[in-house]
Amino acid sequence: MNRIASLPRRGFLQVSAALGAFTLGIRVPEAAAQGAAPAATPEVNAWVVVKPDDSIIIRIARSEMGQGTLTGLAQLVAEELNADWSKVSTEYPTPGQNLARNRAWGNMSTGGSRGIRESHEYVRKGGAAARMMLVEAAAQGWGVPAGECRAANSTITHQPSGRTTTYGKVAEAAAKLTPPTDVPLRDPKDWTIAGRSLPRLDTVEKTNGKQVYGADLTLPGMLNAAIRDCPVFGGKVASFDAAKVASMPGVKKVVPVGETAVAVVADTWWRAKTALDALPITWDNGPNAQVSSASIAEVLKAGLEAPEAAIGNRAGDAKAAIAGAAKRVEATYGYPFQNHATMEPMNATALWTPERCEVWTPTQNGEAALAAASEAAGLPPAKCEVYKIHLGGGFGRRGAVHDWVRQAVDIAKQMPGTPVKLLWSREEDMLHGRYHPITQCKLTGALDAQGNLTGLAMRISGQSIVAGIFPQNIRDGRDPVVFQGLSPGGEEGAFGYAIPNILIDHAMRNPHVPPGFWRGVNLNQNAVYVECFMDELAHAAGKDPLEFRRALLRGSPKHLAVLNAVAERGGWGQPAPEGRARGLAQIMGFGSYVAACAEVSVSPAGELTIHKITAATDPGHAVNPQQIAAQVEGSFVYGLSAALHGECTVAEGRIEQENFDTYPVMRMMEMPAVEAILMPSGGFWGGVGEPTIAVAAPAVLNAIFAATGKRVRQLPLKHADLRRA
Amino acid sequence: MARLNINGRVVEIAVEDDTPLLWAIREQVGLTGTKYGCGVAQCGACTVHVDGVATRSCSMPVSAFDENQKIVTIEGLSPDGSHPLQKAWVALDVPQCGYCQSGMIMAAAALLAANPKPSDADIRGEITNICRCGTYNRVQAAIKQAAGGNQANG
Ligand code: FES
Ligand code: FES
Repeated sequence: MNRIASLPRRGFLQVSAALGAFTLGIRVPEAAAQGAAPAATPEVNAWVVVKPDDSIIIRIARSEMGQGTLTGLAQLVAEELNADWSKVSTEYPTPGQNLARNRAWGNMSTGGSRGIRESHEYVRKGGAAARMMLVEAAAQGWGVPAGECRAANSTITHQPSGRTTTYGKVAEAAAKLTPPTDVPLRDPKDWTIAGRSLPRLDTVEKTNGKQVYGADLTLPGMLNAAIRDCPVFGGKVASFDAAKVASMPGVKKVVPVGETAVAVVADTWWRAKTALDALPITWDNGPNAQVSSASIAEVLKAGLEAPEAAIGNRAGDAKAAIAGAAKRVEATYGYPFQNHATMEPMNATALWTPERCEVWTPTQNGEAALAAASEAAGLPPAKCEVYKIHLGGGFGRRGAVHDWVRQAVDIAKQMPGTPVKLLWSREEDMLHGRYHPITQCKLTGALDAQGNLTGLAMRISGQSIVAGIFPQNIRDGRDPVVFQGLSPGGEEGAFGYAIPNILIDHAMRNPHVPPGFWRGVNLNQNAVYVECFMDELAHAAGKDPLEFRRALLRGSPKHLAVLNAVAERGGWGQPAPEGRARGLAQIMGFGSYVAACAEVSVSPAGELTIHKITAATDPGHAVNPQQIAAQVEGSFVYGLSAALHGECTVAEGRIEQENFDTYPVMRMMEMPAVEAILMPSGGFWGGVGEPTIAVAAPAVLNAIFAATGKRVRQLPLKHADLRRA
Repeated sequence: MARLNINGRVVEIAVEDDTPLLWAIREQVGLTGTKYGCGVAQCGACTVHVDGVATRSCSMPVSAFDENQKIVTIEGLSPDGSHPLQKAWVALDVPQCGYCQSGMIMAAAALLAANPKPSDADIRGEITNICRCGTYNRVQAAIKQAAGGNQANG
């Protein structure tokens, strides 16, 4: 009735009966589906399919959410495959196929900037093994030793005779061979496809409206759902009056979703939402209805002085060093709750029958989505499937917790056989985030008579993401992830400064607001705490902040190298343009070394302008430099957005900000010029999607101090009065 | 019931009068390139052209339109992705997740139609769409490139 016949419906799914899957912008593997009829083109191996026309499909297990991992991972496979890059496209294997094939594609989780750094070895081996099998197949066909054959650009040449064939012609034979066991990998210095600034594989459809996101999905016979979960965390539904909205246009059903939420199912989402807005719901607000930002702050503040705390980094005797210091410096900082605010709100489409449950959703972790679907469906994982749809942003929100998937399945279960798409409104998304954890930090530094830093005590008080999401990983009350960037060593986030007496500990205080992995995770606040305090210490010691850091980083050459690079390119030590001042920050996290030099000005009226940021990144190996630059630029938007505006406050147990009018984010007007210096030193694999976020805020805060003499120790900056006294 | 002129075709759709244009375009017309991001005219993900003017379609009811007003969505910006902005977007690899990009491109296209050689300040003043992935600098550079200028310099 509300369909129009004159226009073809776009984005309509072609449901393939043979595969129980669909084709639409992304593909699911042709040959891999469990119980599938044999596909026309067998895979060479789990990672590579070559078709008779020489087109190549590379399978990608991690999720593309804007960070470019799809292209980067394909480059790594194609590199070892010696593929003709112009013939490469990609597809996602499904979590169900991964399960059925004993995790042939490994971990599907896409977070912690791990896409490339955690899977580079086995995806490259996948490409190399496929190449070896293709060459072997060609050699067998010619009756010659494989050692006499070379592969390049999807073509195999028998060198003595000059005969050639293509991957497409031998792929079927190659698929029948036993995979090699010894698969050597190329030295990255010999790369020709990886390591290059190739254009992304997924750009064109994002410029013409053709890219299909979860929110755009349409299945035959599909209905739409809008949901409201109790705005107070820990509360539940007391009652709702479905009869009041039953006759509104398009409404099909009003359903409870668990104990805490209500959904309206209608023919269109707008009608579902309209009816939901009109639905009388009374809430039982539960035990947290009195909690406020102020009461949470009190609890955290007490933690700053609590005797009990879990230790993250200890050397020497920090207490004694502080007691005997020529000069003592002390400061307390704070970092607020924030919402991920992905541009595309959470959504999932679910189809449930007593025998099977299928879910289509944008997810950073297909396997976790499958587990959530299975649990909600009351069916074993083998009877469920998840199809990963392109994500309109992830930033950690779509990774560890799949609350929206559970809801969608719960709704679909109440309408067996009908696909239902659940889409959260922005308001629902703001009120039911998995928030950046809230913490405070008290730092005390000991300077000797020469202004050397002899001791540092750092007490973090506040929320643990791990306690909120993976409580089984808390050991003896200690959350190791809290100390990101502050650890004594290791590949993930080593504290670079050599301080003879140090004590970094964490008093865990978990408010009722659910925490989540928020792009940059705990590195964000830790970098603010350490790097702003280093600046405070340098000034207290009467030293230049760069020289002060350099002296402490003598034993950490990689930390030092990125810091030196931004200082040099950012003009540190030279006069800044009239009215401007500079600030520095460095840290290691997600396996990479990053530093930033920010240049700002503050008007007499207190208006801040961030003019320019110079950023340096050493990720070890660089797979696609222009995409790393894009991640660095994007990280500044995310990090500066947080520094300038990002804050969710709590009143009567619920989040107060419901949309972008009260939760402002950075726009183009505020965006500085960014110069990204990429300095891959080789020998290790670091992530690039997150680490730079952490240096954005401290570099700017330190520049603000240089410009105004004011220390901002509580974020976001919008609360700070930067007017000249 | 509403009669809308979308991408050069007049369509008749059966919806309540207060249905936002965004949702009529997405759910009744079936063009999903225009996105929902906030519903309150804050983010610009839903930007379409109405007689050439960039309009946030989430906050305009269908009753505000008649068939004489030409509505253009991202799908109708060019028949084959050949608008100078689309070409510049591809050349500079602007999108990350891409969700905001339809709205960005439509806002930029309206800007260029009104101001073919915008300065950096013009662009920064006019493009107020939200991008959470952080493509602002490439958006700015791509608009300059499409306008025939050099790349933006902040
Ligand atoms: S959806 Fe219209 S401005 Fe955000
Ligand atoms: S590209 Fe993801 S929100 Fe802009």
